[in-house]
This record gives sequence, C-alpha cells and structure tokens, in this order.
Amino acid sequence: MEAITIHEGIVVPLDRANVDTDLIIPKQFLKSIKRTGFGPNLFDQLRYLDEGQPGQDNSARPINPDFVLNRQRYQSGSVLLARENFGCGSSREHAPWALTDYGFRVIIAPSYADIFYNNCFKNGLLPIALDSEVVARLFKETEKHSGYRLKIDLDQQIIVEPNGNQISFEIDSFRKHCLLNGLDDIGMTLEKADKISAYEQKRKQQLPWQF
Amino acid sequence: MAGKTLYDKLWDAHVVEQRDDGSALLYIDRHLIHEVTSPQAFEGLHIAGREFWRKEANLATPDHNVPTTSSEREQGIEGIVDPISRLQVQTLDNNCNKHNIVQLGMMDNRQGIVHVVGPEQGFTQPGMTIVCGDSHTSTHGAMGALAQGIGTSEVEHVMTTQCLVQKKMKNMLIRIDGILAEGVTAKDVVLYVIGKIGTSGGTGHTIEFGGEVIRNLSMEGRMTICNMSIEAGARAGLVSVDETTISYLKDKPLAPKGEDWEKACSYWRTLVSDDDAQFDTVVEIDAADIAPQVSWGTSPEMVVGVDDAVPVIENGKTETQKESIKLALEYMGLNGGEKITDIRLDKIFIGSCTNSRIEDLRLAAATVKGKKVSPDIKLAMVVPGSGLVKFQAEQEGLDVIFREAGFEWREPGCSMCLAMNADKLEPGERCASTSNRNFEGRQGFGGRTHLVSPQMAAAAAIEGHFVNIQNWNKEA
Repeated sequence: MEAITIHEGIVVPLDRANVDTDLIIPKQFLKSIKRTGFGPNLFDQLRYLDEGQPGQDNSARPINPDFVLNRQRYQSGSVLLARENFGCGSSREHAPWALTDYGFRVIIAPSYADIFYNNCFKNGLLPIALDSEVVARLFKETEKHSGYRLKIDLDQQIIVEPNGNQISFEIDSFRKHCLLNGLDDIGMTLEKADKISAYEQKRKQQLPWQF
Repeated sequence: MAGKTLYDKLWDAHVVEQRDDGSALLYIDRHLIHEVTSPQAFEGLHIAGREFWRKEANLATPDHNVPTTSSEREQGIEGIVDPISRLQVQTLDNNCNKHNIVQLGMMDNRQGIVHVVGPEQGFTQPGMTIVCGDSHTSTHGAMGALAQGIGTSEVEHVMTTQCLVQKKMKNMLIRIDGILAEGVTAKDVVLYVIGKIGTSGGTGHTIEFGGEVIRNLSMEGRMTICNMSIEAGARAGLVSVDETTISYLKDKPLAPKGEDWEKACSYWRTLVSDDDAQFDTVVEIDAADIAPQVSWGTSPEMVVGVDDAVPVIENGKTETQKESIKLALEYMGLNGGEKITDIRLDKIFIGSCTNSRIEDLRLAAATVKGKKVSPDIKLAMVVPGSGLVKFQAEQEGLDVIFREAGFEWREPGCSMCLAMNADKLEPGERCASTSNRNFEGRQGFGGRTHLVSPQMAAAAAIEGHFVNIQNWNKEA
C-alpha cells in the first residue's frame, strides 16, 4: 500500500448526497479478478452517456460533458469533495480501487458509510470527515476558484487552504499509523498468532460444536 | 451495573486483544465466500505465500454471476456464455480446490445465494461472528450472530488470521410493537424503518430489532429485516435468540447434534439483550402505522405506503434533499405527485438474498394462484435463493402455480438483484422487485427499480401496476 504523509492536489466537487458504491463502480466491472484497471470506469454511469463494458476502449465512448470529472478545470484532480453518506451500499472494495486507480488520494465529505470508510484505509485512500458547514464552504470555494487546491497533512491532521487557513480533522491513531507507513495489517495481526491460538483453544473447550 | 445488549455480549466473547486506541482484534467464527469479492483476496494470499488459518471455518458458493436459465446451467461452468463471468466462477472453483475450501459449486443442489445457503446449512449459528465480502452478510444477524459485510482486503485478513481489526459500534434498538396488519410483511417493516431513519440512520451502530412484531416473525422474516440493516447504514443487524431461532436450527445439516445440541441450546438461550441493557439510540415504531411499502426513488429511504403519492421536489427539507428528490424523479421517469398505484411496470423480479426463501415463494405463489400475469408485463421471473429452496418449492407445487400464471421459474442465484448475469433491465424499463437496492443502474443500465414485498410484486405482476395487497381482489 502506498503511504500518505502530505498530499496536495486539485479538488473535484461531486455535489450529490448518498453516493452509493454501485454508482462509484457499476457491477459489470466487478467481474474482473484483478485489483487494478478500474479507474477508466470510475463513476461510469455519470461519466459516459452509454453503458460501459469491461475491456472496452473508453476513448471512443460518448462522454457526459456536464459531469465533473469531464470538465477541463478538474482534470488531474486528486482530492474528491463529496456530500453526506458517501460510499453507501455494497461492500465492494472495487470502489476505493477505482478511486485510487483514477488518481484520488483523499476524500472530504461530511460522513461515510462504514464499510466503504474502512475499505479506503486498506488502499492508501484517506477519507476525511468534516462538519457539513465546512464541506459546504469548500464546495463554494472550489466553484469560485478554478484550479482550487488543498494541501492535506496527515501527520499534523490538518487541511491547508490556498489562503493559509487550516482545518483540523480527526482520525483513529491506528489507521493513521498504517496510512503514514503504508503498513499491511495482516502482517501485524500475524504477530499475534499465539494470542489467536490461545483464544481458539479456550473457545474450543467452551463451545466444542463450533469447531 | 447496567446489563448488556446482545451486541455487547457477542463483541465481548470475541475479543482476542483489546488495543489502547479502542480497536480490538476480533475473532471470526465463520467466513462465507463468493466469486466476486474473493479472487483478489486469494491472489493476495498467493503473492504473500500465506495460507488459510482455519479452512473449516470457510464455506464458498458462486451466486452473483451464475446463469439462472436451466439451458445455460446444465453445462456447468463451461456453459456460462459470458466469458468474463465464466472466468470469475472458474477462478473461485480453482481457488477452492487449491486450498481445500468446501464449495457448494454451481452443479451442487445446495448451491445458492450465500446468505440463503449459510443459515439453511446451519453453517451460521447463534453466538458466532460471521463475515463475507458482501454487505448483505447482515442477514445472518437474524440468528443472534454478529454478522457483517467486509471488503476484499478484510476477506484476505480473515482468510489468513481468522480475525478482524475493529472498533466497537454503538448500540441501537429498533423496537416494533403491536400487530402487523394483514398483507404487511417483514419487507414492509424494514422498508418502513429505512424510510423513517434514513440510509445513514444506522451508520456507526449495530441495530438490534426487537419488540412484539419481531418476536412473532419467522426466521425467514427476521432474515429479510436484518438483510436490509445495511440499507439503513448499519453493518450488522441482530435479533435476540428465542425458541423460533432454535427450532429453525434443529436438524440443519451443520447444526450441532446429540449432547452438543443440548449444550449449544443452553448457550444460545443466553444470547438476548438483558432487560436493563443500555442502548445509545432507541427507535420505537408502532406496527399499526406500517402499510405495504413501495420505493419510488433511487435510494432505499425513498419509500412510501402503497396508498400514498410519489413526493414532489418541494417535499425536501434541505437543498441537498431537494436536489436528491429532483435527481431521483428524473432518473425514475416520474413527475412527482402521481399515485403509487398508477405506476405501470415492465418487469417483475421475485428473488434475492432479501426475499427468495421458501416462505417468500409461498406468499407470492398464493397471491398469483389461478391468475395470469398481465399482458403488459414483458417478463415476470421467480429466482429461488438456493437449490434446496427450489426443490422444496417444487415439492409443494409452487413452480407449477408460478408457471401457470406466466412466471418464469429459474435456477438459484443473485440474478436481477444486481444484474451481473444475463438477467437485467433494459434502459427505461420499470421493475417491481423484491430485492434490496433501487440505486441507479442496479438492475441494469437505465433500469428503474421499485422495492416491494413478494406479495406486492406478485400482485403487481397480475395487474401490470402496483395495487394495495390489503384490499386487492377482496371484492372479487
């Protein structure tokens, strides 16, 4: 997993509440057995006017000029600004895979669905939750200024606006540690193998039918 | 000291190690595997040179991609026409063989939707922690188990460590008291709840469903409700164990037997929230307020009673809500303000992990018995949740009732709930569906989904539009 320490990038505003993971990456692309290659189909239904298929040449497809990812000023954006309950619905990790494959490293929204939020951290994608008033203000700033960028400092837990204004954010210390160091948590859990085995032995005696 | 909720008890019993930051290493008793969210986890295992921690805690079955027509099914995996789907089902088969994981494969008569198969086999039991790379794993909470959907990285984590790193959620109780009116089912209850608390109402919580209505429900009904906890934002839904739970499990193939059965039952009976347990949030609902529900928009919270009208943009309380209603009406091809019973339909889907169990099929069959599907309906299909549900339904002659009415009777799988196989809506088509999500494009690109109960879908098939099942055909 790619570590995140400080990230600065163009902000892409997706002004829509309850964006579900079906919308982030539609089901036909879930047939892939790989973790990569989902970026060209991120938000496929919103981004293109036709129905996309896996393996298709997307450059030949009719694009939706109104969709934010297709607007010139947001090209090469890497900070996604979204509304509440982002990532609801299906548990598909293909959603963060598609977002990172496209180039997003940070999401800013008032709230996230639990499974999606969790999945982000496994993929070097930082989901930041801020008060909805602050998010609303960032939407306005983004619209006002072409090329609006934000700098995110994970270690300091602050977002720095172009005018120098700082917004602090909360994050679990364990998740922060993993993101900062790009750590694989399976390896860390396996260091506890003795504890897991001891737990199993105890449970086996208490509830033999489960084993 | 205050008592414990069922969630507290399940959580405490599974903590391997508590960490200072509030997270814990949580032991996982059962892991269900399907073809869509597992290939990358198996690949991760292979790349890192790791093995399963405890193979016998896993059970696999292909469900999302499998075809539901018997002609395509008869030839096994090779018969799957779509090459990408075929590769995914084949990959699951190869991976299970390589690692000796029990798989109820496509040709096994016990194959089906993971969340139908797990309880049916007695693989999932009260008191267990259960996970699957599928958000509808919440279904298994109906058994008094802590069951949650996880992402693929966590699938790999569970495969190799039998644990998950988690923080404890808050406790929410949704208590539904009173008696449900005739024609109101578990599906209507859960749709009503989601309409009430919203799709993020349960975020950060584990929801326990309680009250007289839940106590009176069958296990099938409780599974329907816990299944859709995730649509209210909660990873896990729960129902306390009672005699209904225990009699459901009796004699299931993998349920404990003999002396173990007795021991298990006495343990299971402790899996209830204590009378003095403290919940962070309590929502009280009166059963009398619940009418048969129909979703009108593109989020499961966009739901109204069948006798109501589709909302108009002005009904939104905030700008964001107004924008959501506007987008949903546009996508659904509705103006707002029309009566639900005036909405005409193109297709009917009875199936999915929400409503494809034997009780669902019995109710739908009783609704259509001796009647004919409206000529306006292009396709009405029934997709049983598993091979065993299909077999049971055929023993009871339900397949004949459906076929005579003009329904297609299919092979088990997820089918048109998410349209990963060939069963899908065409752009603009409108469907009454017993599934769980009405998201844009969920049942096919440009398709329009209305979520309803099996009876409501069945009656809509006959009339070609929604009807209130409560007074439908009463005069005839």
